[in-house]
Amino acid sequence: MYLIQFLILSSILFCIGVYGVLARRNAVLVLMSIELILNAVNINLIAFGAFNGAAIPAEVFALFIIAVAAAEVGVGLALVLTIYRNSKNIDLHQVDLLKG
Amino acid sequence: MTAALANTVLAVETVVAQNVFFYLIAAVMVIAALRVVTTSNMVHAALYLVVVLAGVAAQFILLGAEFVGVTQVLVYIGAVIVLFLFGIMLTRAKVGAEDGLSHDNVVPAILTAVLLFLVMGFAVVDFAKAPWSDDTLLIDALDRAPTTVEQVSDSIFSTYIVAFEAISVLLLAALIGAIVVARKE
Repeated sequence: MYLIQFLILSSILFCIGVYGVLARRNAVLVLMSIELILNAVNINLIAFGAFNGAAIPAEVFALFIIAVAAAEVGVGLALVLTIYRNSKNIDLHQVDLLKG
Repeated sequence: MTAALANTVLAVETVVAQNVFFYLIAAVMVIAALRVVTTSNMVHAALYLVVVLAGVAAQFILLGAEFVGVTQVLVYIGAVIVLFLFGIMLTRAKVGAEDGLSHDNVVPAILTAVLLFLVMGFAVVDFAKAPWSDDTLLIDALDRAPTTVEQVSDSIFSTYIVAFEAISVLLLAALIGAIVVARKE
């Protein structure tokens, strides 16, 4: 296995995630796309670690990223629930309270 | 002589098997990820996300990072997906396909993603073609033992103890914050 295989795979996943963030208007689906991006980053990290012989630090930081992603999803879904409770939908086009 | 030959054959077979499984899992992951961002059924999007996350866990195990792979399954497939399904159910009880999950005009998003991929792909390929890295980009999973849980935990609880404590406080803060934000008045 070459390092470049993993790098290309993770950049494909990253770009699909970016497309999802830009193209989706449902807030929960945007959060799912962010998960795709975070996982692409983790593949990169583990692949570089395995390639570089520094597997342990890479794995530790991948675990930290997983923890931060879990926290992010928790807070994000709580925010989505609050938006839903206040405006009865989670369409990101309708969320324009801050727009002047 | 025969033993060495058998070892070489075994090594070649292992490398071939690794590559076959890498491309198999990668293809499944990419197709599932595309379905996540294009499907018109939110529950299906969550279930396709399970396929992508399981594929990521498989790639971790392929790279010898067993503990991260298991954690990926436990945390993502076990907890985060359930959280997503709860989010879907709490915000909308609709079952089946629905309209308006994506923007009407997705051409700018496609353009951005493709351009981004071209830039990153060019950087990666150029990096691999650099003269100082002709044959050195091989990940030699053969003569490298998978990292053990013991090694990872030793590292977390000695070298990275401060970062670990910070992550713990962050998780606690996120937990309390989520409860406070989602609580009814």
